[in-house]
Amino acid sequence: MPSKQQLLDLHFIDARHKLIDLAAFLDRMDRHPGEEDCRLQALRNVLPLLLEDRPDRARAVLESFSDTSSDLPQTAPFQGATGAPVPQKTGN
Amino acid sequence: MVSRTTDDYEKLALAGCEILCEPAFWAGFDRSSADGFYDYFRQLTEYEPKRAAKFGIRHYSWLCINPKEADDPGFAREVMGLIPQFLDQPTVLGIGEIGLNKNTRNELAIFEEHVQLAVDRDLPILIHTPHLEDKLKGTRLILDSLAGFSKLDRGKVIVDHVEEHTISHVLDAGYWAGMTLYPESKCSPNRAIDMLEIYGSERLWMNSACDWGISDPLAVPKCALEMKRRLHTAADIHQVIYENPKKFLSQSPKFIA
Repeated sequence: MPSKQQLLDLHFIDARHKLIDLAAFLDRMDRHPGEEDCRLQALRNVLPLLLEDRPDRARAVLESFSDTSSDLPQTAPFQGATGAPVPQKTGN
Repeated sequence: MVSRTTDDYEKLALAGCEILCEPAFWAGFDRSSADGFYDYFRQLTEYEPKRAAKFGIRHYSWLCINPKEADDPGFAREVMGLIPQFLDQPTVLGIGEIGLNKNTRNELAIFEEHVQLAVDRDLPILIHTPHLEDKLKGTRLILDSLAGFSKLDRGKVIVDHVEEHTISHVLDAGYWAGMTLYPESKCSPNRAIDMLEIYGSERLWMNSACDWGISDPLAVPKCALEMKRRLHTAADIHQVIYENPKKFLSQSPKFIA
């Protein structure tokens, strides 16, 4: 099993690159006009998970991006997936 | 591999690939008739084995109507009616990739009819789990549904495209789990290796996404290289990329390693 030092040598630059890309994405969203949607809020919601002291951050992030509804539609309302759960429409 | 060029077969052969198996899946568009599937099943069972053989690769396939096109039950049952005539072909291993796409009642009904077909014929099953936000709910629905099949041999079922939030559900229920490697958007080689380190390699395999999206047939050998960089032994790498698929697939009497 590689040591922390070996893993840093292997993966730190890649992790740094991905983190800066995420920061730049958030800057870009702030800079551009128009309305955001549920995906950006879903992204913001998971960011604190990265700093939690736990062994399963990847799982927690995936769960946060998951549809937790229990209803089963008869047929698909749309095809494809957006990456974040679409808020359920209320009946009123 | 129906979505790939012949160059990809050459690259796979050069990377040491001996055997591959290909599930029936979405064509990048919805087919307009069952006849389209008849031709597709011929392509999977007749043409692709010959194309692969030119590079010394044995090609096996799984048959079904994929979940994305199974949301129309009438159409899906028409396609399913074509499947039995292909199941005795020498390279057809089982039923797959069945599963769910948007987690609908229609998809679930067709999924269960496929499972029953496999149980009736004692065939292995390859299961697709939905992508992105639909994966966790879909995986739970699939596992709940499978639990209702009392004659199902769980060791002959592989639940594919697991990620960190679904892998333990699948393994704990006694099924094989597949990690599908993508260049972007889904499971990366390093995340797959993390899961191997956490859960061990028993009942776990990796496969390369080779579909109509951005995907890489060489994802598995690239992951093997990454395992080596992370100090996994040659024996451990061989176990997960060769012995495990061989063990699972050998449950079909047609599979020859």
